[in-house]
Amino acid sequence: MASEVHNAHVESLALREQFDTEEQQKDASTLGMWIFLITEIMFFGGMFAAYTIYRSAYPTVFAIASSSLNVTVGAINTCVLLLSSFTMVMAVRAGQLGQRKMIVFFLILTLVFGCVFLGVKAYEWTEKYEEHHMPGQAAFHLEGTPLQGPAKIFFSLYFAMTGLHAAHMVVGVGLLSVIIFQTMKGKFSADYYTPIDISGLYWHFVDVVWIFLYPLLYLIDRHLPK
Amino acid sequence: MSGHVHEHIDSTKTYVVVLLALLVATVVTTLVAFVDLGNFSVVVALLIAVCKMMLVALFFMHVRYSTRLTKLVLIGGLLWLAILLLLTLTDFATRGWLNTAGK
Amino acid sequence: MNTAAVQERTNYLNESYGLKSWLLTKDHKRIAVLYFITISVFFAMGGVFASLIRTELLTPPGDLVSSETYNKLFTMHGVIMVFFFLIPSVPATMGNFFLPIMIGARDLAFPRINLLSWYLLIVGGALAIFAMVAGGVDTGWTFYTPYSTTYSNSYVIATALGIFVAGFSSILTGLNFIVTVHRMRAPGMTWFRMPLFVWANYATGVIQVLGTPVIAVTLVLVFCERVFHIGIFDPALGGDPVLFQHLFWFYSHPAVYIMVLPAMGVISELVSTFSRKPVFGYGFVAFSSMAIAVIGFLVWGHHLFVSGQSLYAGLVFSFLSYFVAIPSAIKVFNWTATLYKGSISYATPMLYAFGFIGLFTIGGLTGLFVASLGMDVHVTDTYFVIAHFHYVMVGGTIMAYLGGVHYWWPKMTGRMYPEGWAKLSALIVFIGFNLTFFPQFILGYLGMPRRYHAYPDEFQVLHVLSTAGASVLAVGYLMPAIYLFWSLRYGEVAGANPWGAPGLEWQTASPPPTHNFDKIPVVTQEAYDFSKVAGEVIEVG
Repeated sequence: MASEVHNAHVESLALREQFDTEEQQKDASTLGMWIFLITEIMFFGGMFAAYTIYRSAYPTVFAIASSSLNVTVGAINTCVLLLSSFTMVMAVRAGQLGQRKMIVFFLILTLVFGCVFLGVKAYEWTEKYEEHHMPGQAAFHLEGTPLQGPAKIFFSLYFAMTGLHAAHMVVGVGLLSVIIFQTMKGKFSADYYTPIDISGLYWHFVDVVWIFLYPLLYLIDRHLPK
Repeated sequence: MSGHVHEHIDSTKTYVVVLLALLVATVVTTLVAFVDLGNFSVVVALLIAVCKMMLVALFFMHVRYSTRLTKLVLIGGLLWLAILLLLTLTDFATRGWLNTAGK
Repeated sequence: MNTAAVQERTNYLNESYGLKSWLLTKDHKRIAVLYFITISVFFAMGGVFASLIRTELLTPPGDLVSSETYNKLFTMHGVIMVFFFLIPSVPATMGNFFLPIMIGARDLAFPRINLLSWYLLIVGGALAIFAMVAGGVDTGWTFYTPYSTTYSNSYVIATALGIFVAGFSSILTGLNFIVTVHRMRAPGMTWFRMPLFVWANYATGVIQVLGTPVIAVTLVLVFCERVFHIGIFDPALGGDPVLFQHLFWFYSHPAVYIMVLPAMGVISELVSTFSRKPVFGYGFVAFSSMAIAVIGFLVWGHHLFVSGQSLYAGLVFSFLSYFVAIPSAIKVFNWTATLYKGSISYATPMLYAFGFIGLFTIGGLTGLFVASLGMDVHVTDTYFVIAHFHYVMVGGTIMAYLGGVHYWWPKMTGRMYPEGWAKLSALIVFIGFNLTFFPQFILGYLGMPRRYHAYPDEFQVLHVLSTAGASVLAVGYLMPAIYLFWSLRYGEVAGANPWGAPGLEWQTASPPPTHNFDKIPVVTQEAYDFSKVAGEVIEVG
């Protein structure tokens, strides 16, 4: 077994010791993040399965319950999240071009939009709490239907899915904070910006989950009379 | 630095156009929910959502320029989600077919 | 033997010393050793619970422990063995140690994530142990609702949380393996030159990554149901407890393949090495691993035949379940065909491989019985099912695990195990295993239900046989624990390639250096090519 490949090189961020080339390392990191994202698809998938079954079992109750959500706030929040995805991809673009200041600028914008989204979400949850629409509240009651059990299931799914989504947003905000800090310290350049790139993938994924949650939770048969 | 990865860099304009498309799609899906389409309203809502997902994935997540492996991983993930949903539905969709309690 | 010779060369064991150098290591080999120690402890715990169960079942009345205690015993036996031993067993130990070496890599793609996944297993295990010490859990390892969500007064949440955390350990291991196989192969190591052990672990990674998140989210829902009464699994509110079973088995059926696929990978290595022949039909065996990974996801409903699942869904799932038999049978037939005209040596690992092939065949065939709708109605929740999955999990996975441990022991430690003792213990394990579990087939067929601590008198003979077998099995498991430990100090010093095997792991020193190879190998030959094997061969009679 002849070999010309040397087995040691100086370790750097862009080239950890287990890799041979920077390209190999970047490919591995990106692939790793994509595989992580499909685990996330399946993680949310369990909830989507529960949603599918109960929505088909109790269509009317789900429509009534869905109509109690504030569609204007939901739509605005969706737009905020889409904006954050745009600023995120602009940060990655700045990374590709090695424009450190632009990276920081766009990442901070993304962070702000993310926090706005979470703030709005917190406002919506509070509203639901005050309306006694939160499962676990003794006074839980949804007007307009005798089927309080299935109504509770709708709101359980609403809180579980948006809650899980928000938890992912919080993690994303944490990630962003770290890479903003690292960018300011000059860790990234056009040669090495993989953490920005894969954080971007994560952020967009969380956005995609919301793209489905919004119509599935807020927009069920809105045309029906209240 | 050697081994630098050749990168496709999209223009800002492309990203702005994608963003506008996503915002328009959000407005459309919201408005169309107030129109009575019967059972099709959920189909339309999901179709729009899938289009939005495609935009985000292809442009923002660079799937357009990704390796075949990345595309395979993505498609595989969605396929497995479909397996979970569809095979679970084989039970719940056929529960009432026999007039026997519990079958 | 000369101990100094081993100490002189720098290897992964003597490169640095001290607890910190182990607890903060990024070396996949050291992490594998950490896993070995951890899961051995869990195996011992699960074994103690099993012994208590078998002791209780010696006599028909429930006289040793109360029914509540018995419920907790079998639950904790299942939880520990499934989630903290079998799931990590082969991949996290031998997979971790040898997958990178076998493809000629310096390490896994993400060494720090690898270490993280070990810590996650520790945290998960600590939570599960906390639940046991605090009072135990009594739902069965399956956590069926609504009992687990509404009625059980035991430590369901802590245990579920432990499994949730350990699940992420499993996900990260799978993710690491997949990326490593895709991106870290040495020059010339094409996909179809990879050892079948690598293929098996790759296929396992796919299952871990796609299946485990579903049980994670299911446990989140169980948690919410218990704490907030959200109604998703509560029939009183319009929820459906059967949905839990769907989500649970969406993971837990493929999880069976997480446990057995890497074991099958080990068997491919053993059968080839000790027949001195390439595995017959390499491509078929490689693809059968992938086929098992995929088809394994389409069959989970066969656990729900009598749970109130629609009969039509039952038909679909029963039909699909038969398809798993095809790739499984391909493997068994190909291993057997490999033996044909092979130059077979009966070293200990090969004895375990023979044990695996026989016992897995029985376990797999009885799997077909329980996958058929009509038959399953009669044997659901009986000892027939218990015997079936113990033939696969214990007769299959643990046999292969022990075979693999013996096979790679010289590589991992630089020492040979004592062959005579090892052969004796392999024999004892085989006899003890069959004595324990074969009577359970008959018990189940006669109608003995699982999870009962008391039973009618006419079942006693078979239960006594089973308990006697468990005692023999315990001896068989204790022996390797002793002589392997002994061999660390007193075992014969092993050369680089004691078996004359062609895999890359045998081309480097025993124990391997920290970066596995002095130079990254360039692979120019197919897998299992015995024509160019160099190095001394120990004759084992």
